[in-house]
Amino acid sequence: MQTRLRMVLPDQELIKLYEKMFLSREFEERCAEQYAKGHITGFLHLYSGQEAVAVGATAGLHKDDYILSAYREHAQAIVRGADPRRVMAELFGKSTGICKGKGGSMHLFDPSLNFMGGYAIVGGQFPISVGLAFSARYRGEDRIAACFFGDGAVNQGTFHESLNWAQLWQLPVLFICENNFYGIGTEVHRSSALASIHKRTCGYDIPSEKVDGMDVIAVYKAVKYAAEKVRESGHPYFIEATTYRFRGHSMADPAKYRSAAEHDVWKARDPLPNFANQLLEEGIATREQLDGIEAGCARLVDESVQFAEESPWPEDSAVWEDIYV
Amino acid sequence: MSEMTYRDALNLALKEEMRHDPSVFVLGEDVALYEGSFKVTRGLLAEFGEERVKDTPISENTIIGVSIGAAMGGLRPVAELMTVNFALLAMDQIVNHMTKIRYMFGGQTHLPMTIRMPGGGGSQLGAQHSQSLETFFMHCPGMRVLYPATPADAKGLLKSAIRDNNPVIFLEHELLYNSKGEVPEDPEFLVPIGQAEVKRAGEQVTIVGYGRMTILALQAAEELAREGVSCEVVDLRSLAPLDTETILASVRKTGRAVVVEECWRTCGLGAEISSIIFEKCFDVLRAPVRRVSGLDVPMPYSRKIEKICIPQAETIKQAIRDVLSGGY
Repeated sequence: MQTRLRMVLPDQELIKLYEKMFLSREFEERCAEQYAKGHITGFLHLYSGQEAVAVGATAGLHKDDYILSAYREHAQAIVRGADPRRVMAELFGKSTGICKGKGGSMHLFDPSLNFMGGYAIVGGQFPISVGLAFSARYRGEDRIAACFFGDGAVNQGTFHESLNWAQLWQLPVLFICENNFYGIGTEVHRSSALASIHKRTCGYDIPSEKVDGMDVIAVYKAVKYAAEKVRESGHPYFIEATTYRFRGHSMADPAKYRSAAEHDVWKARDPLPNFANQLLEEGIATREQLDGIEAGCARLVDESVQFAEESPWPEDSAVWEDIYV
Repeated sequence: MSEMTYRDALNLALKEEMRHDPSVFVLGEDVALYEGSFKVTRGLLAEFGEERVKDTPISENTIIGVSIGAAMGGLRPVAELMTVNFALLAMDQIVNHMTKIRYMFGGQTHLPMTIRMPGGGGSQLGAQHSQSLETFFMHCPGMRVLYPATPADAKGLLKSAIRDNNPVIFLEHELLYNSKGEVPEDPEFLVPIGQAEVKRAGEQVTIVGYGRMTILALQAAEELAREGVSCEVVDLRSLAPLDTETILASVRKTGRAVVVEECWRTCGLGAEISSIIFEKCFDVLRAPVRRVSGLDVPMPYSRKIEKICIPQAETIKQAIRDVLSGGY
């Protein structure tokens, strides 16, 4: 049963959630186009379908909270406030990129937003999140570390080591599993003995819950509750958000391991049109308003592509910079 | 100056830096209540308390990952990996993360962290506890690699490591912990990173060493001096960055070089240093550069055969005689 939206957030903030989801989708779909044109190269993992998780979760966190993620992280950075123009420039490998063109799609980072990185070794961000949470407690800071990861990461040693450590040291880490059911082409029940991922925290006595990751309000409410619980108690908490990527693992993957029927079931649950309909039904926004928002997002992404195209390449001398302080 | 052991010099460096900077904290397996497997962290828990001296689970990869996160968050972690052998469990966080983060994030963060690791062979600990992995770390850009030979350097280098804003691998030799030497008492005494030291001046041959190999090289030089052979001993101290200027200046003077390495010979640091010498001062060499290396075998347990796997003063002396006599 859907919540009455106005009971959760004021109208403007609800509309903002839609705008961020739409911007994420628009950005990702334009990335696919730019990849096809050869402007974006290397690995490219798109987030289309999972927007409700990044948008709902980010809205439930404080600005001071740390966010860490894996390599499917464009949307998480942009939703957090990263300039889409500089993110696109990063994907183009330009010097104006968010990491000067040295990171690329999988390594976005913006400390001014407490967005502490996209990591491309599966599970690498777990212990780093724990360390950031420790630094927050050590320094007496009122912030938590939110660690995003996929279902594929939960069989890495770092997952278990970090869950144990966070609970043992009683650290404010919010683990957020984006379960899109596939680690590349391996479905979760073929890689995890216990495929219901949130249940796996019982070995570490960490409270956990499962939430519908296609429902931005459900994610928002769950993360807001969990983040406050983590903040107040200083203990870790674990959320599993079930979701689906509408594209393959990366641009190289046609996703032949999934049936059209399965894809259709999830496509019917696409968080964008569904949330738009909710906003319209409850009279929170008009179709004209949403059209205006969508056009604004498209313009911003147009500008981002233009900015990336027109930006200069890094100087050759940059290869020797930023290795050491 | 006061005389103290390598262990106590390291311990003093930790205490001084923890007093100097409240953002310094120590973590590792058995470093707090047990005071360290080699007792380098003795007295830290009592003086600095539980939030600054942290026992950890046996989770080496996560010890390093947590240190990375803590450093990113503004602290100065000093992690102890119980031995260098266990660093192999942490190579994902060391190589894939620690050394890459500043670079791939465009210089927007830095990691002021130190990882201490006792290591080396010669204690009959068998194949899994006797490795010398310095070359593994030297190979990868993005971190400093230090290896002190004396108590004074142990103290001064560890203090520099903790104050440095880059990740530092700090290697300690298990057989040196009880060695004694004069150590400056000045709490601001620092040994600069990236500077080798000529530990003994000589004329006929340069011996390049580091860690315990420096001590053996000095012993060999001392014994050969009685035979009228004059050796110069260059103690690297810093393996990365490597002080090639000091090495080359010495070789230009002596015209001969023996590089002593405890690690395996194949692709070892001796190969690297030999190559640098050949490339940069081939014209002054009077003999090919000679390497004295750990044997390319897993370390055996039995002391009779363990000994032949590790450079000894005798094997260093033989190499020097060979280089001087043309018997290579």
